[in-house]
Amino acid sequence: MKHHAQKLLLVALLLGLWELVARLGIWSPHLLPGPMTVARSLAAMLADGRLVGATGRSLGRLARAYLMSVALGVPLGLLISRIPFFRNAVKPVVMGLQALPSICWLPLALLWFGLTDGAILFVVVMGSVLAIAIATEDSVNGVDPQLTQVASTLGVRGLRFHFGVLLPAALPGIVTGLKLGWSFAWRALLAGELLFVSGGLGQLLTVGRELMDVPQVMAVMVAIVVIGTAVDRVLFQTVEVRLRRRWGLTVAA
Amino acid sequence: MGVPRAPLPTSPDVPRLWAMLRALLGRWRSSLRLLQPAHVGAERAKISVARLDHQYANKVVALQNVDLNVRSGEFVCLLGPSGCGKSTLLYALAGHVVPTGGSVSIDHKPIQGPGPDRLLMFQEAALFPWLTVRGNITFALAARGVRRAERRERADTYIRRVQLAGFEDALPHQLSGGMKMRASLARALAVDPAVLLMDEPFGSLDAQTRIHMQELLQSIWMRTGKTVVFVTHDVHEALMLGTRVVLMAPRPGRVVRDLEVHLPMPRQPEDAGLNEMVRHVRGLLREVEGRPRAPTLQQAPARAPAPLTLQPRALPGP
Repeated sequence: MKHHAQKLLLVALLLGLWELVARLGIWSPHLLPGPMTVARSLAAMLADGRLVGATGRSLGRLARAYLMSVALGVPLGLLISRIPFFRNAVKPVVMGLQALPSICWLPLALLWFGLTDGAILFVVVMGSVLAIAIATEDSVNGVDPQLTQVASTLGVRGLRFHFGVLLPAALPGIVTGLKLGWSFAWRALLAGELLFVSGGLGQLLTVGRELMDVPQVMAVMVAIVVIGTAVDRVLFQTVEVRLRRRWGLTVAA
Repeated sequence: MGVPRAPLPTSPDVPRLWAMLRALLGRWRSSLRLLQPAHVGAERAKISVARLDHQYANKVVALQNVDLNVRSGEFVCLLGPSGCGKSTLLYALAGHVVPTGGSVSIDHKPIQGPGPDRLLMFQEAALFPWLTVRGNITFALAARGVRRAERRERADTYIRRVQLAGFEDALPHQLSGGMKMRASLARALAVDPAVLLMDEPFGSLDAQTRIHMQELLQSIWMRTGKTVVFVTHDVHEALMLGTRVVLMAPRPGRVVRDLEVHLPMPRQPEDAGLNEMVRHVRGLLREVEGRPRAPTLQQAPARAPAPLTLQPRALPGP
């Protein structure tokens, strides 16, 4: 309870500081609105449904792209860790491409897919699939060798071994990788949405800029922070904690 | 010795001395006489190891010219200090290690990799942490092709047999070390291999739990009559459990003695005959390790290193 109080206190302090600086009038209130103005803008966007619609579209897009990333990344990681060809040849390529910031894929995506959802999906997938593959490979390599040995002596082979032993044993590590992949996907999504009329949160930001509506820009930023944290906390934290508890990796709190 | 005061002290002493000698002789009769060299021919063996050599990639000679024949239904303990290759030998039997020389066969067929007729148990329970106790067993049964309808019933039977009833749905991390080992044992028994290979399975347990596990394993072995090869460095454990104890020595790893233990089962850990044997075997182990054994009455004449062709000896001194 105490650390929640501390957190709230800091947030209140920062908001107060912001309000104070805004009221001092050093910068034009058009460029630096106070938190109250931003909150009003946020409320207005919530009321007229723009924010909800944009959030829905962004998250829908994210969900599709992210599922594709997981569906591609986890098997790819598994292949890299299990098959020599993938380890020797594919892994260096994956590592190399991983060095490329996801937004660099956008020009190519626009040329290939045009100004469509497909372009954004492509950027998001490219932004997260490699991180997921690498994390999966890492955690599969880190599986307790005794478990693989016991599987072999019990005669667990083939698909049953890969899906019944290797994947569950690596699952806590894979989930951490999925969390990382999700944050990469979230970034790539907003970067992609900023660039053209997409109807998502990114576009709300762009519209705010074009209309010189700083409160709207800031309000959308707040919304993005809240959504990002909420998914991270609610979805991944819960899954991770439950998984680690069941696997016996942490002492049950 | 002083001046004799009483009539003659010898007369009451002589029967006492006799009694002591008889008691000693009796003890020898009851215990060490029950420890006899084993002679098992390859033709009668279930598991046959012949002229086995193994050298690890780092040039360490783990095994040199090892011969061992195990009959069906025997409980063989491989006993020796660390580095004597006992685990390597076990892993070669399991098919996890491919020896660099010699042959290992089961039922007269050479061993190539792990097979359904053998099951290896490790020092750790090695349960799948995401599955319950019952889940661990049914998963193993599924891998062995047991029908779905039969799995659960069979799992519960073996859970009861290792006295884990009530913990079917517990996860491994919720169990104590001894309970995990029992769950692991239940899993091993449930898949019903002809040969059970155990690599110091009770080595990480506390002394009390270990005794319980030994008694449990013994009663299960007496009931099922499985062939067991059991690696340990604990002399007491080997003699408590084994119908046969194979003494091994390090550098290079080799078999120095192969003894049959004719103590009746079930054995009690504090049985006098058992403990007499334990002292004797500890002496043998000290000898093969090159350390002087407990001072004996008949000191051997100063000679070049004692030959390691070990013949069963006379009764060692107290």
